[in-house]
Amino acid sequence: MIGDWVGFSVTKKMKASTFAFVVLLVYSSLLRIGADELDQSQQTERISGSAGDVLEDDPVGRLKVFVYELPSKYNKKILQKDARCLNHMFAAEIYMHRFLLSSPVRTLNPEEADWFYTPVYTTCDLTPNGLPLPFKSPRMMRSAIQLISSNWPYWNRTEGADHFFVTPHDFGACFHYQEEKAIERGILSLLQRATLVQTFGQRNHVCLKEGSITIPPYAPPQKMQSHLIPPDTPRSIFVYFRGLFYDVGNDPEGGYYARGARASVWENFKDNPLFDISTEHPTTYYEDMQRAIFCLCPLGWAPWSPRLVEGVIFGCIPVIIADDIVLPFADAIPWEEIGVFVDEKDVPKLDSILTSIPPEVILRKQRLLANPSMKQAMLFPQPARPGDAFHQILNGLARKLPHDSSIYLKPGQKILDWTAGPVVDQKPW
Amino acid sequence: MKLSVLQQNGNTRRSNSFRGNGPFDSVVDGFKSPAALFWLVLHGLCCLISLVMGFRFSRLIIFLLFSTNNNTSPSVTNHIFTTTRPLLTSTPTNVAAEGLTSQTPPSTSTTQNPHTALNRTTPISTGSRVVVGRHGILIRPWPHPDPVEVMKAHRIMERVQREQRIQYGIKNPRPLIVITPTYVRTFQTLHLTGLMHSLMLAPYDLTWIVVEAGGITNETASLLAKTGLRTIHIGFDQRMPIAWEDRHRLEARMRLRALGVVREQKLDGIVVFADDSNMHSMELFDEIHSVKWIGAVSVGILAHSGNPDESSTQKQDDENSPLPVQGPACNSSGNLVGWHTFNSLPYAEKSAIYIGDSATVLPRKLEWAGFVLNSRLVWKEAEGLPDWVKDVDTLERDGGDLESPLSLLKDASVVEPLGSCGRKVLLWWLRVEARADSKFPPGWIIDSPLEITVPAKRTPWPDATPEFLSVEKVGGTQEHIEKHPTKTSRVSRSKHGRHKKKRESKIVDKQVSRRRSEEK
Repeated sequence: MIGDWVGFSVTKKMKASTFAFVVLLVYSSLLRIGADELDQSQQTERISGSAGDVLEDDPVGRLKVFVYELPSKYNKKILQKDARCLNHMFAAEIYMHRFLLSSPVRTLNPEEADWFYTPVYTTCDLTPNGLPLPFKSPRMMRSAIQLISSNWPYWNRTEGADHFFVTPHDFGACFHYQEEKAIERGILSLLQRATLVQTFGQRNHVCLKEGSITIPPYAPPQKMQSHLIPPDTPRSIFVYFRGLFYDVGNDPEGGYYARGARASVWENFKDNPLFDISTEHPTTYYEDMQRAIFCLCPLGWAPWSPRLVEGVIFGCIPVIIADDIVLPFADAIPWEEIGVFVDEKDVPKLDSILTSIPPEVILRKQRLLANPSMKQAMLFPQPARPGDAFHQILNGLARKLPHDSSIYLKPGQKILDWTAGPVVDQKPW
Repeated sequence: MKLSVLQQNGNTRRSNSFRGNGPFDSVVDGFKSPAALFWLVLHGLCCLISLVMGFRFSRLIIFLLFSTNNNTSPSVTNHIFTTTRPLLTSTPTNVAAEGLTSQTPPSTSTTQNPHTALNRTTPISTGSRVVVGRHGILIRPWPHPDPVEVMKAHRIMERVQREQRIQYGIKNPRPLIVITPTYVRTFQTLHLTGLMHSLMLAPYDLTWIVVEAGGITNETASLLAKTGLRTIHIGFDQRMPIAWEDRHRLEARMRLRALGVVREQKLDGIVVFADDSNMHSMELFDEIHSVKWIGAVSVGILAHSGNPDESSTQKQDDENSPLPVQGPACNSSGNLVGWHTFNSLPYAEKSAIYIGDSATVLPRKLEWAGFVLNSRLVWKEAEGLPDWVKDVDTLERDGGDLESPLSLLKDASVVEPLGSCGRKVLLWWLRVEARADSKFPPGWIIDSPLEITVPAKRTPWPDATPEFLSVEKVGGTQEHIEKHPTKTSRVSRSKHGRHKKKRESKIVDKQVSRRRSEEK
């Protein structure tokens, strides 16, 4: 009998402990469910690229930039001649200059500077239609470099290896709008050692130097902000694109413009109700992008386009159709997770490619796009804000520090060839 | 677009290294016109030869003769009339060596021949698969929408929109309880269908309590069965009276009855009083989710007169008249200070008394439709019930004026103004009814045989037998035929009658042919 009683009390104890254990288990699982729900309702996700979680780094204190004082014929006077340079997609060079003049990274003492900036607006020679002509740009750049090399010793010290230049034109420092000619010319010989900050980026291309920083083209921030619509407007357009498919003026047969990719998009999908594509210029362009899930960003004459920036700002997943393109701030932003990359040869299967993306992946991309630091990184706001494109450029420059001691030339050593390039470019500007 | 202007300007503005009017560089730089003429002649000759031989002779020869340092696309197309690549047809690619581009007609199928020793890549960029130059435009064999892909895309869009609603729409949507008093009459189908569609569109859990005067009928039941919503159909024992005053009072009692059902079944959610002839916007259903206990929205009053003369004279007087809106009035800090009501003085003498009158139907001071309640207010015991609410049972027992839900409250100032403090009108009050004695086919199905059938005056069957010539009474819609009973009952197929009564005979024709088709 006692044995029974002992047995009974033991089992009772076990029951109590198991009961407590079960309660604990249930409670912890409930906690976990609560945590899951919290994660699901999270609207954005942190962005970290190959260089780590660097989008929100603050460059102040990590580098010092010295801005050369060039005579105003290189910058201000050009701008006065044509104020349209402030609004077109190459305006980054002008705004970068203005930003650096009043930024805390600027130093007036060139001895302590890590980087040297030359404010020369090479993309401000505009046609009546507003397109920049690059024919005088090499001469302008050469003249500016001659000036800084003769008035300050810092260029000759490294032959430009610690200098950076903003060259936002179509093919960067190749200074031509036609790809064949740009490849023929190559990067300006005087800039061989400098760091180039440019919008053009394509792997294994002459006009993209190793160590360049790719930036987004300029898009007017105020204009885009003023066209925002409520975020609960349902996204009812599957694929959206507005722009040319055939450049009838220069390439009437097609096949040359955009390497035939845009024409292929049109021919395959012009009657597809999922694809809202046309050449019209609607007044509701920005609003329509906010109602679309995918926005096509195919190459044109050059692989980059402001559509990428617009897509990111308006939360439309960019579908990038440009082989081997290098996107802005590629080391800070993991573009493969944010956009969809389609090879040019796969364009006829574009609808299958897009519909075969699992919905969770699409929702994740939208969450990444909704991250405000992502949107800020694509813009050039005035006045500058933390995390914007100016800061990303400075972060990129800071990541390249410290300079390798081999860039400093021994006295008398010369690497650059000042007479290389077409004869026309040797003329003074 | 970008380059064309550049081209033209580049040409007109002098840049010495730039020549030619195409986008391609000419190998023959700096040649004068005789040379150009020579090339033209040569090109023409080559074209003729290729016509004869069947492939692009000129291109091949010139390429082989003049190896350029241009970085061009590696493929040369050959006219091969045999098999094509199974997947793709492309418009022909060609080498953009000189400005002598010729385009083969796109209808011919071509293949790319990459191994003709002309694999040129840009000399500097090794390993790049991207080549400058002309490429083919890739078109798939059937460049039209694929229905499977379209369905998949729609499912993706649905999922994205659902996620958007979760993130930016109403969090924690509450179920709605919609209370509608109704009764069978001519306009019932019209009104109920409109309300039905609005409720089916609202993306929330819905319970629809329909209280029907005169007991449950098949008419209403069949309408409600179409919705797919959860409905509670209650019969109310009294028939709907003919005068508007009485009707308003009965409707209030019917609504109380429905509130009683809410109380019995302990339904949880937001109570909306949706009258069947009102029009509700979708924003209403979103906005009412923010109500805590009792809320009021602004109602647009569409007081309309069936009499055309009346409304025109009114327009002239009403330039400075207040707006036809009923609802909460707020002060600048957003607190409820009073009520906007509909000014019925201009209509005082001329308002409608009986349902179906052509005069203006006036609303009460504050319509039930402009209020929403938390259903817990009418429960017997609920936690957190505020002390300013009266019990629903006492209301029914005491009788009294049940003009608006404000009679449920001891203190009217606790009402929450919704729709940005009453500035947004979220629903519209309208009363449109036919005359009380108007008839309509039950269920709006013309089931039974029509009551007047008359032979068509121009039948294609000349031997119309007498059995089609029975004369019976038809429903009220065919009034104008009843006016001429003698004429139409005649068997005659006389032609002279035809011209005068063309309109009637047309309708009659249709009836007869329909009858015949039914009988067949």
